[in-house]
Amino acid sequence: MLWRVEISTKSGIPNASAGGIKKDIEDLGIRGVKELRLTQVYFIEGTLSEPQIVRICEKLLCDSITQEYAYRRETREGRGESRLETRESDWGADLHTIEVAYNPGVMDPVEESTKKGIRDMGIRGAESVKTARKYLIRGELSPQQIDTICEKLLLNKLIQHRVKEGEKISLPSAAYDFRLLYVDILDADQPGLERISRQRQLFLNLTEMLAIKDDFARLGRNPTDVELETLAQTWSEHCVHKTFRGLIEFQGEVIDNLMKSTIFRATEELNKPWCISVFKDNAGIISFDQDYSICFKVETHNHPSALEPYGGAGTGIGGVIRDPLGTGLGAKPILNTDIFCFGPPDYPHEKLPKGVLHPKRIMKGVVGGVRDYGNRMGIPTANGSIFFDEGYLANPLVYCGNVGLIPNWACQKRVNPDDFIVVVGGRTGRDGIHGATFSSGELTEESEEISGGAVQIGNPIMEKKMVDTLLQARDAKLYSAITDCGAGGLSSAVGEMGAETGATVDLEKVPLKYSGLGYTEIWISEAQERMVLSVPQKNLSQLLEVFTREDVEATVIGQFTSDKRLRLKYQGHTVADLDMEFLHHGLPRTKKKATWEKPSFPEPSFPDPEDLTPYLEKILSSWNVCSKEWVIRQYDHEVQGGSVLKPLVGVSADGPGDACIVRPRLSSYRGIIVSNGINPRYGLIDPYWMAASAIDEALRQIIAVGGNLNQVGLLDNFCWGNPEKPENLGALVRAAQACYQMATAYETPFISGKDSLNNEYSTGGRTISIPPTLLISAVAVIEDVKKAISMDVKEPGDLLYVVGTTRDEMGGSHYYLVRGWIGNQVPKVDPSQGKQLMENLSQATEFGLVRACHDCSEGGIGVACAEMAFAGDLGMEIELKSVPTDGPIERNDTLLFSESNSRFIVEVPLEYQDKFEQIMSGCPIGQIGKITNIKEFKVYGLEGNVVLSADIKELKQAWQSPLRW
Amino acid sequence: MPTEVKVIVLRAAGTNCDYETCYAFRRAGAAVELVHVNQLIRGEKKLSSYQILAIPGGFTYGDDIEAGKVLANELKYKLNDQLQEFIQRGKLVIGICNGFQVLVKTGLLPAVTGAVDLQEATLSGNDSGKFEDRWVYLQPFNADKCVFTRRIKETIYLPVAHAEGKFVPRDQTILQKLKERGQIIFRYAGPNGNAGEYPWNPNGSVDGIAGICDPTGRVLGLMPHPERHIDPVQHPRWTREGLKVKSDGMLLFENAVKYIEEEYH
Repeated sequence: MLWRVEISTKSGIPNASAGGIKKDIEDLGIRGVKELRLTQVYFIEGTLSEPQIVRICEKLLCDSITQEYAYRRETREGRGESRLETRESDWGADLHTIEVAYNPGVMDPVEESTKKGIRDMGIRGAESVKTARKYLIRGELSPQQIDTICEKLLLNKLIQHRVKEGEKISLPSAAYDFRLLYVDILDADQPGLERISRQRQLFLNLTEMLAIKDDFARLGRNPTDVELETLAQTWSEHCVHKTFRGLIEFQGEVIDNLMKSTIFRATEELNKPWCISVFKDNAGIISFDQDYSICFKVETHNHPSALEPYGGAGTGIGGVIRDPLGTGLGAKPILNTDIFCFGPPDYPHEKLPKGVLHPKRIMKGVVGGVRDYGNRMGIPTANGSIFFDEGYLANPLVYCGNVGLIPNWACQKRVNPDDFIVVVGGRTGRDGIHGATFSSGELTEESEEISGGAVQIGNPIMEKKMVDTLLQARDAKLYSAITDCGAGGLSSAVGEMGAETGATVDLEKVPLKYSGLGYTEIWISEAQERMVLSVPQKNLSQLLEVFTREDVEATVIGQFTSDKRLRLKYQGHTVADLDMEFLHHGLPRTKKKATWEKPSFPEPSFPDPEDLTPYLEKILSSWNVCSKEWVIRQYDHEVQGGSVLKPLVGVSADGPGDACIVRPRLSSYRGIIVSNGINPRYGLIDPYWMAASAIDEALRQIIAVGGNLNQVGLLDNFCWGNPEKPENLGALVRAAQACYQMATAYETPFISGKDSLNNEYSTGGRTISIPPTLLISAVAVIEDVKKAISMDVKEPGDLLYVVGTTRDEMGGSHYYLVRGWIGNQVPKVDPSQGKQLMENLSQATEFGLVRACHDCSEGGIGVACAEMAFAGDLGMEIELKSVPTDGPIERNDTLLFSESNSRFIVEVPLEYQDKFEQIMSGCPIGQIGKITNIKEFKVYGLEGNVVLSADIKELKQAWQSPLRW
Repeated sequence: MPTEVKVIVLRAAGTNCDYETCYAFRRAGAAVELVHVNQLIRGEKKLSSYQILAIPGGFTYGDDIEAGKVLANELKYKLNDQLQEFIQRGKLVIGICNGFQVLVKTGLLPAVTGAVDLQEATLSGNDSGKFEDRWVYLQPFNADKCVFTRRIKETIYLPVAHAEGKFVPRDQTILQKLKERGQIIFRYAGPNGNAGEYPWNPNGSVDGIAGICDPTGRVLGLMPHPERHIDPVQHPRWTREGLKVKSDGMLLFENAVKYIEEEYH
């Protein structure tokens, strides 16, 4: 028997979500909506009587204070046996009903909770629960407008659909009949091999297909479909970073493994004793205190977020949490950091490339996904950044990072032959098939249709349960190795873990969400919230017991062996038998060409404006600089209680903090600082200086909050266009070279990293590539968080200093941006000077001489000072003639808005002036002004005249208004 | 040497403020055990072994259906007797954020009418329509009525972080009774202690209600997080205002532990 239950908000009770959707519809330019109501629909199937359904409605599904319910018995064809009377029935012809349900096979976590709730009430017989959402819209709307609302706002066809009248309510899919499939590559010619790769979405090139053909020719047989898939997953750019590890011809030289010769080389040369585990596990580890170490990893989830922003970003966070969790024997997640790149939120709908979601929708979806996953996991999201540029319209970037705390004894792992392979956490379904290979290719306007299966849907509570349980099993030392099931699913996880031993897996043992999955689907599914453990035989029963007690599934699916073969079986049939050696080392190395030529942009020529006020306001309200409070407050940035410096600081807790500080252990004042640096605009001019600037920026933020350079680990995350294009690859080489130079000069090693290439979009014969984008994330240890400082100015009368040299470096600056230019003079980095002044400044802060400090970045001195002023609710007087330079600069706009690196704005109490200047001796500093209690921001130009004057309230207003959604 | 005050911090799938809640009680001098609701249901642990029950924040069972609803339902149908006995014996219960949502949805709070199995109030979606993390001022009312808030005279400062925290009583009669019986313990306020509009009242709660207790004063529920303000470096303006000697949230935990020490030993 099937019951339909509808829960809706009582008349007269405001529903903010409905209001929000109404507003979003208006944003689409559709004005006819008079009223909108939301109804939650449950389909409950089983042997339930009417009194039982009434009880379930009253006691479980409906909050009798704010909601009301209706129910009816329904046939499987979706027809009610009686009419459901609703309040909206009298809306007449103006009533439009849109019911949205998940597609078959898409996970809906509410089903499980609802079934549990019903069971807890002592009611047996609820066999399955499905949910849907009904939107009741009153207004004169055309069918086209209704379609637009559905398509742009209410549903994503990859995971949801609009329920049609009389539609069959989906039932679990059919059973699967085993049939072993071979792929004929032995008889395929070169075009044939390419066709096979394309049609199966393997994203393997001809050389790779030929290598596979050769190996199987030697064996005298064709590969099975699952063998070919396993090779494609393992050899994907996503999994092996073949560009970085291959050969690159650049400027007459051959670079053998760009990763080893730049990023990893810096780490090796620096050889810091506090680097515990670098570049060999799922995340990098640095030491923290005598008991614990810190694990850090940043990943991207770009392609899925482009197609399904909410699910894509949520599973991005879910996935990166599993990296530290799958490092060593597992780290407890303690902090998230999220950096996004989007198209401009005000981009005209009609100009969007075909098949692309609007940036505002992408942004709202991504923020919502990160919010819901991160908050539900109970991990503070306390650091992040958002960058807007038209280059990201079709390829948004979603960087998700996670920091974990790991006991020192748990930093290493080891897989032993005969250990059981145990999969724990969520069940396997059809979600996320081909994610690893899909993300290694470019997006096209058909990506939605072809790769829809690559989108995963997250269930954070499943992951939370799994984390809680895993940490118990870790502390009881019940397993000897762990890794996450991320891209490539079991294929990648088991394949990697068993690389040195060998493994046999019985695929039919893998717990499934629903029947009907074939053996290949089981093996490569990227269903979320799963981890794989290597469990010594003697610990198995105890381990299973720990998981059972917490309602988390743990299942033995096979065993590690010692024959270095990967053997897959399905119901006793061998479906794959691969040599681990070929799987992991058979990939032919690529040789790619790289070129780079410095582009030349028009050099602007305009007079130095007499009044710089409007330009400061314009920069403050530009998308990149403006306040991100709307985003930040939706993240729980304080859960776990460790927050010391929050992302928003100052009198009204709304100023832009530099880096965040958290205490992983509440019993100690030792903390960690996390920051990031990103500036793709410099990369338009020169990716080398973009990379150098990003590193400098991430380090500046650490120094600004009171940290030092003694123990800073860096992470690189390259997001690039297609590396087959020599100019893209050349840009990558230059950026990687800068990483080496800066990391060694600052003595800050890289501890982990990731690249996501092929961020391109093809439509109508045109390819749009993202601007080369490097995110640098940094983690530092701070001994005593009580010495931290924030960026808001604090005392009238205090002195204001610029620390660092200002140069005529306006290329890629935000001043040029708001005036419509790019320019050529990109900010460079002099790390020897930078390091010296950062070290001295750290010392000044350590001695308590600094009352506030802010990193000087986008918008230069002007923006940094203005932010400090309005965050502290105090005024400032600044003289540009006191700004330290290393050559004559004769323009006020250059002095105020240049984005030269290695600079800080520092507030120093008058009584510490001498001490401060003494500590900073040898470094370029200039006392440029002071803090005033008149709430006015005033800048005097080189001639001593006022070139900028504004009320700090106005500046704050300009800064806050763009993203006050 | 007095025997230890024993606190049970109850967790379920999706609980996530357990670490800091345990820490706060430990810091107040209690012996704390973090116990999974399954352990109580299976009978491996008994509520009667403890004197203070804390239901911490989080998203139990994903807040599916409604925030706190599935755990409330589980407690009501599986552990009702133990819970009732716990409260009748004069022990203490605190529900923070999701824990408050759970207590309200089980009917253990505010319990003004004495009716069995009646939900007298709810915590519904914020007026802002979204999850928000921000610090709020709480004006104490009838603080002496509630064990957890005794001796709190002045406005205290704590963070909220929730999407469903708008307190809505079933009707005017319930609200009136809450007022008459002094069960409203905290109201959201502006910095000067006056009643405040958004964002001071972060969710649009009726009458600015942020925390309530039951008629005995021994069961407290509140949306703000006292366990997130037990150390001066957690204050959002400590870098401006200096490190304070006392952290506001700590008072609640100390009061509870002190009460048990006095009553039981």
